[in-house]
Amino acid sequence: MANPILTVHDMSITFPDRNGDLDALDTVSFSVQPREFVCVLGPSGSGKSTLLRILAGLLEPTSGSFTFAGGKPKIGMVFQQSNLMPWRTALENITLPLELQSVQADEAHARAQELIDLVGLQGFESSWPRDLSGGMAQRVAIARALIHDPDILLLDEPFGSLDALTRERMWTELSRIWQRRQKTVLMVTHSISESLFLADRVLVLTQRPGKVKLDLGVDLPRPRADEMRYTAHFGELARRLKEAIG
Amino acid sequence: MDWKLLRKPPRTSRRSLHWTAFASLAAALLGWWLVSRFAGLPAFILPAPEQVAVRFWKALTDGSLLVHTAATLTEVLLGLLAGTIAAVTLGYAIAKSRLFEQLVSPYLVATQAIPIVAIAPLLVIWFGPGIFSKVLICALIVFFPVLVNTVVGVRAVPRPFHDLMHSLRATRGQILRMLEVPAALPVLLGGLRVGATLSVIGAVVGELVGSDHGLGFLVNVGRGQYDTALVFVAVFTLIALALALYGLVSFLERKLLVWQETFER
Repeated sequence: MANPILTVHDMSITFPDRNGDLDALDTVSFSVQPREFVCVLGPSGSGKSTLLRILAGLLEPTSGSFTFAGGKPKIGMVFQQSNLMPWRTALENITLPLELQSVQADEAHARAQELIDLVGLQGFESSWPRDLSGGMAQRVAIARALIHDPDILLLDEPFGSLDALTRERMWTELSRIWQRRQKTVLMVTHSISESLFLADRVLVLTQRPGKVKLDLGVDLPRPRADEMRYTAHFGELARRLKEAIG
Repeated sequence: MDWKLLRKPPRTSRRSLHWTAFASLAAALLGWWLVSRFAGLPAFILPAPEQVAVRFWKALTDGSLLVHTAATLTEVLLGLLAGTIAAVTLGYAIAKSRLFEQLVSPYLVATQAIPIVAIAPLLVIWFGPGIFSKVLICALIVFFPVLVNTVVGVRAVPRPFHDLMHSLRATRGQILRMLEVPAALPVLLGGLRVGATLSVIGAVVGELVGSDHGLGFLVNVGRGQYDTALVFVAVFTLIALALALYGLVSFLERKLLVWQETFER
């Protein structure tokens, strides 16, 4: 195997609490290969979001460590809520990471326009977030996470707040975008079908404190279409994930 | 983080708003005229509208009204500026640090228990009858509402926005400029709108206590000379001043907060 882009080693985190400490993650270890799409699957309260927040540098682990190949990585993050700044237009939201890096405005706009085309939002560049539907807002959030060419994409249940139909459409979209952009993705979800539709590998975390219970390679051929979900192999993988979650 | 909550209620259409305002103004004027005409009150108790209009014209043409309005406006604006700068700076520090909040908030609350009107004479004794004591009174009166709104505005910045900025390794300055300022702006401007009208009150209180300039001084002169029409002129000018400032802040809100709603034209 090639050198992993991300290695997580025996990572634990404990939140101090009045009613005794709360162990959110317990000696979690795994690694992610470059351009791999990995889903972290687990019930609510398994610390999956905590894991993502640690990797994004928003939290410090209590013990253990993680390393990115090539030092401090550039991170693109997509949250459960689109998290668009309401005082910025769709385009201005997408260019935010570049503004933080002081990239020239015209270059930032050109790159944002490219991403607007990629996520299919032509014509909505100057819309305010309040005028975008949930699915559209999440596309803007994905474009924003991609624009500064991050080393890794961290997706925290990005489609959790969308209705079922929109969510499934977004799977196809995300899978297409991922294939075009060749990014390493670590995505947190609690949906088995979502993880099987998108991932190369699925890590199952246990109930709190979260521990890696299963590391399952998903060998379904790409591009994955809707019909795949009715095949026997898909059903078998889903059953194994379901059993692991318990 | 439901930003919809921060939006304003829908407005009645502008045209009908103008019409009702005009009608109520006309009715008030008519009522005033009727009372002054038929109640048999002397002019130093209640001057008639036309007497006030004549007095207004006189004060305007001899230049005194402009001089005093300019004096009051200067005090109001300087006081508003000073009070806002102090309140925003302190408010930001309070919003960002619980320790600092615990340190200063008892004093801040205590200062609010003192009515400014009661200490205005003290301030004039200490700092003289000139412009400085008035600016100070204005600044003090503006300070608290702007402070409170700054704290509320900065604290209300949704946590996920901070997470986003940190995940992109934004600097403190960038977080201030690109997140906290725009996010707190609606609430801050609300405080400024209140502060602007309060500042007018502060200036007048200071001038009434002791000064030789300003619209408050003009009220004192009119009262002393039984020139009640002049008192009316000064009061109406003050109202116009307060309304103009209120309108100015509302205009700023409309310019800066286009993202909140589509304003009707």
